[in-house]
Order: sequence, then structure tokens, then C-alpha cells
Amino acid sequence: MSAAIVGVAYNRQERRNIRQNIAEMVYEVTTQALADAGLEIRDIDNVVTVSNDFWDGRTISSMAVQDACGSYEKNISTVEGDGTFGAFYGLSRILSGEYQTTLVVAHSKGSESDMSLVTNGMFDQFYVRPLGVDNLISAALQARIYMDTFGVSEEDLALVSVKNHGNALKNPKAQIAKSITVKDVMASRKLADPLKLYDVSPISDGAAAIILASEDFMRRNPQKFRPVFIRGAAFCADAYDLGLRDLARAPALKKAAERAFQMANIRSVEEIDLAELYDAFTYMELMWYEGLGFCPEGKGAEFLKSGATQIDGKLPVNASGGVLSAHTVVAAGLIRIIEACLQIRGEAGEHQVKKEVRNAIAHGINGPCGQSHCVFVLSKEA
Amino acid sequence: MITEENKQGLFFMHSGDASQPYRYTVGTWGSKFLTELRDHKQFYGIRCPKCKKVYVPVRQVCGPCFTEMTELVPVSAEGKIVSYTILRFQFLDPETGERKPIPYGYGIFRLDGADTNFQHFIAVPEDESRLFIGARVRAVFREERRGSLRDILHFELVAD
Ligand SMILES: [Zn+2]
Repeated sequence: MSAAIVGVAYNRQERRNIRQNIAEMVYEVTTQALADAGLEIRDIDNVVTVSNDFWDGRTISSMAVQDACGSYEKNISTVEGDGTFGAFYGLSRILSGEYQTTLVVAHSKGSESDMSLVTNGMFDQFYVRPLGVDNLISAALQARIYMDTFGVSEEDLALVSVKNHGNALKNPKAQIAKSITVKDVMASRKLADPLKLYDVSPISDGAAAIILASEDFMRRNPQKFRPVFIRGAAFCADAYDLGLRDLARAPALKKAAERAFQMANIRSVEEIDLAELYDAFTYMELMWYEGLGFCPEGKGAEFLKSGATQIDGKLPVNASGGVLSAHTVVAAGLIRIIEACLQIRGEAGEHQVKKEVRNAIAHGINGPCGQSHCVFVLSKEA
Repeated sequence: MITEENKQGLFFMHSGDASQPYRYTVGTWGSKFLTELRDHKQFYGIRCPKCKKVYVPVRQVCGPCFTEMTELVPVSAEGKIVSYTILRFQFLDPETGERKPIPYGYGIFRLDGADTNFQHFIAVPEDESRLFIGARVRAVFREERRGSLRDILHFELVAD
């Protein structure tokens, strides 16, 4: 038994979408994903929504999009976390044999609330939250300890910003696209040492949807699908409390990647043609190279400098511009999956990589400093 | 609810100042931890009977061992910096609703006698280069203590 992604869509990510409310964004990507798959809403037998109550400012935030995602009188359930985790849940349903088609849809509107207060809300309310620590402050602690442990410089981190913001120039759906130099990154506004404005992903609004189908469904339906097969998927969580973690490394990513690669029968990094990673901050992309085994521990910056992860390199990473170029929080991981699918289909547009993409990695994180990691191995062949 | 309209006739609604207050139960071990900080400026950790790891702040269960912990052990108010950052950008302080004056330091510390790391503010010295990973620090307590984490004013470098 296996499953494939047969429809994908995400809308233009922007700092403040004033035309659409949450449900309107969700309706847009739901209808586009259906059109991409050549399916009607009646073909969908269950729905997984991905949302976060703090970001939405309401409880049971999935119910705000019930009509917009066509879940009326259907089995609908919610994942509160990154979209990759929602996709994993959707996949589990297909693999159970009880479902044929799952719509997974994620939305996030960072523009409507205060990022610092919302992300402060993810921490322990007795010992951590009263100090005002948020997503940026915790990331700065991690960046510093990673740099100190492996001798990585601020200029090394800046190279990630230069690459991904440059790639975003060719992706019309990215929010922050620009041609910048290491000097520009170094001169950008200091936020929380060692992180500066261009090391940090922006606040964004956006939504994304994918449609998963069983092999059986594809056989029984005459449409011409362009399936992208899920050959491996795994996730793993590290300790919630930052005080219990080795912040310079990503052991949870290592475990998730090992499991996903084993499922997909991937024996060497050489078999991976492209990756879309959750680079919420520059340093994260380097750490995730290491966690995924693209290079040895502590050698992320060297791997980047080798040119391997450039759009024309042997293992392009974030050809779309990545999360640094638009951070739609819970939708961001689902967009990594979508971008990997489009690259495999050869339909990524101007940022399509030149070489053939047979196997691609899509990655999402959840929790502070990459507490949990979800890794998908997507392939042209089943 | 206050409605705002932009030039294109699109409406926005503000949630207003209404808050959603909670009364969180701190629990048995956390209550002891906060009592000792308030009354004796004393940090306590809790030791796992299996792996012997000392957790600060305290908690009931050692996650890796999935074992209940019951042995409180005193730990030092001094330790060393594991990592830190200096904030250059103003954020709302969730405790007060005010913008915190910048720059200020935030750090993660290993107290002597503990096996986990503890987070708090770190006073930024005039010469910022005196802050580094591994530098010795100690907790500075407030005069008036109320049984909260903010009974600790911040950590500061130990003059050598
Ligand atoms: Zn233990």
C-alpha cells in the first residue's frame, strides 16, 4: 500500500493580506488544489486542517474554515502544529485503508496578532513565559551556542540569507525576494545577537493545501494524475524544555531522517536531488543539513560554501526561497512539501532546477528551536 | 470591538483590551521551588532515582526514564553561561504589558549542582565582550519577593 500527492496549491505569501480573511484564503487554496488534481470536492472523503488557536485568536480554529475547506458532513480533524505533521496525519489515514482521498489544508495569518506574545505563549507558564522569551530570543540562544560549538561565524550564517532571498526572486509567491550580499546582511538591523533582520524570517499571511490519494483510488479513477509518491515519512520530538536540550545539535531530526530514509530505501545522500527545509532563521538551514546527514556535524557552513545547495548545485536547498522568504508558520511546512512536488513534476516555474528531480526531501519543524522535526521523502516513482 | 475601515472599504475589527485570565496550578514540586526562592533565596533541583540527573527547575517526571522524582536537592545560585543573547529590539513584556527597555540580556545557565539549564535575564556589562559562553554568573534577588520567577531580578557576572 502506498499514497501519493495528486493536487497542490498555495497562495501568494505576503506581510498583510487585507483582501482575504482566513476562510477566504483557505477556500482559494482548496479550490486550486482540487483543480490541480482534476477532482471535485465530492471526491474527497476526509479532511485534515492545520491551524493554531493562538495565531487565530479563537479556539477550535479549524471550525472557522469548515465551509471553506469543503468538510461539511465529512470526517474532519485538526493538527495543531506544522503542516508537515498535518500531511503525516493525512497519510496515516490513507495507509489505514479506510480512506481514499485526504485534503490537508493549513492557514496562518501572522499579521493579525503580536508575534512575540503569541510565540511567548508556547513556553512553560511558570519558569519561562514570565521572562518574555519568544521565538526570536530562543533562536538567538540556539544560534550562539551552535556558532560557539562549531566555530561558525555570522558571515557564514549570512550566506544562507543571500542564497535564499536570491532564490526567492524567481518565485512570485515569495514575500521577501532580493539580491543581497553578505555585507548587507551584516549591516541589517540588530535584533537579538547574533541574529540580525536578514537572518530572521518575516511575519507572513498565507495558506496551502495538498490532496493525498491511495493507489487504489488512482487506479479506479480515469483522470490523468501527476502523482508524487510518498516513499518515506517520519517525525520525532526532542525535549520541550530548552534547558534539557543540546541546542547545538538536532538529534530529533537525525532520528526522523534515518527513519524516513529507511522507509524510502534511500541509502546515500547522493540519491537525493533536492530539499525544501524549514529555515525560520539562517543558522537553522545549516543545522538541518547536518541533522539530515547532508554533511558531517558542524560542517553545514562548509557544505553551503561548496556550492552544493545552490539552485544549480548537486543538492539544491530551498530553491523556492524557503521560510526565510515567507514564514506562514503552520502553512510553511506544507509549502515545503508543495514546492518539492512541483520540482518533481517539473512545474516549479522560473525557479525549477535544471536537473531532473527524482527524489526530494521536504521538512517541517514544530516547537521552539526545532523541537520536533518531520521529514518526507517524495519521489517520481512509487 | 472597534471596527476600522481602510480606503478600499475593507473592514478590520480589533479584539480590544479584553483579556483571557487564567489561574494556573503550579503543583506540589513547583510550589516548593518557588517557596524556597522567595523565603530563602535558595534554588532547589529534583533528582531522578534512576539516572541521577538533577533537574532545575523541578518537575515530577524524568522524561527519558519515565520515572517519578521525589528527592529535592539544594543547588547553587551560581553557575555558568551556556548561551546568551543581547536584545536590541523592543518587545512587550508579557508580565507588565510594557515595552522592555533595551538593550537587555537573556541567557541560559547551568547552576552548580544541576544537570539541566535554567533561563533568565542576564545583566549586560558596559563592556559587552565580558559576556561569553562559560562565564561565571550568579542570581541577584529582589528585596520584595512574591513567589514568582521574577523574584530573581537577573543573573550577573561574578567579578573575578
Ligand atoms: Zn532519569
